Amino acid sequence: MSDAAQIEALVHSALDEVNATRTEAPVPKDPETVLLGNDASLGSLGLVNLIVASEQRIEDQLGIQVTIASERAFSQKTSPFRTLGSLCDYVALLVDEAKKA
Amino acid sequence: MATVLITGTRKGIGRFLAEHFLAAGDNVIGCSRKPAEIDAPNYRHHCIDIANEDQVRALFGEIRKENRGLDILINNAGIAAMNSALLMPASQVREILDTNVLGVFLFCREAAKLMKNQASGRIVNFTTAAVPFKLEGEAVHAASKAAVISLTEILAREFAEYGITVNAVGPTVTDTDLLSAVPRSKIDALIARQAIPRMGEFRDIANVVDFFIRPESDFVTGQVIFLGGV
Repeated sequence: MSDAAQIEALVHSALDEVNATRTEAPVPKDPETVLLGNDASLGSLGLVNLIVASEQRIEDQLGIQVTIASERAFSQKTSPFRTLGSLCDYVALLVDEAKKA
Repeated sequence: MATVLITGTRKGIGRFLAEHFLAAGDNVIGCSRKPAEIDAPNYRHHCIDIANEDQVRALFGEIRKENRGLDILINNAGIAAMNSALLMPASQVREILDTNVLGVFLFCREAAKLMKNQASGRIVNFTTAAVPFKLEGEAVHAASKAAVISLTEILAREFAEYGITVNAVGPTVTDTDLLSAVPRSKIDALIARQAIPRMGEFRDIANVVDFFIRPESDFVTGQVIFLGGV
């Protein structure tokens, strides 16, 4: 499994955890799933839970601590939290940087 | 048997609380900048700076790996400085805010991440009677502990969804190292302002902590209890 695929699997696993606590329909594991803004599938609390669960899975599975919601993330022109796909890409970037550090 | 994390367990109230929970059969994880002398099979000590985000995250990472959960966090560690505001160096202000505000925030944040997985948890923060007393010479210390009250009240709302309660205890004059530099006359004057004019004891603080963490207190959150009738 490539690094990107592994990260995607971990974020999707985190989404499973968030979906399990929802009373509404599960949020689809689709890269185009919107996470932020008016069309967001998750509420703001759901997004927080997804980010925390993703960080914990990365630490548990890869032994790497990353901070997904950082000043860097918030200052990007296009938010990494816009879609599930962009979140996976951003997390993969953070993990890659942490491995090289 | 609960897993209890207490900051500042090397001495004073933190050490007393660690021994209090160990005597009750709980697992206690303690931390301070320097090693602690507590020697018990259920006690694990970590030497960290509570205001260092990396060290705090590493500590919680270890707790996750070892215990896979945390039931109670007691944010006891704190520092004080009595000084005229006119003579207070910025470096000391920063140090007090880092330990008393940033440190408490980091521990609340990381503890809540662990506790939310089990949908329950208790956080007890420490403020001080210096806030309602508006003590001259303690502007920065009192301001930092006023911030702890705000953190307690707001985090109580943010974490309620996860079954986590956040409360604070506000000791009055208690015989700790923080008092060593305070003249006796000033201590007596402070005690005289309390409804119950006596020096606070560690057991008074433990009693409030015990109340906040008991299972029946799951409807008590965002509250601050000052001791001595302040």
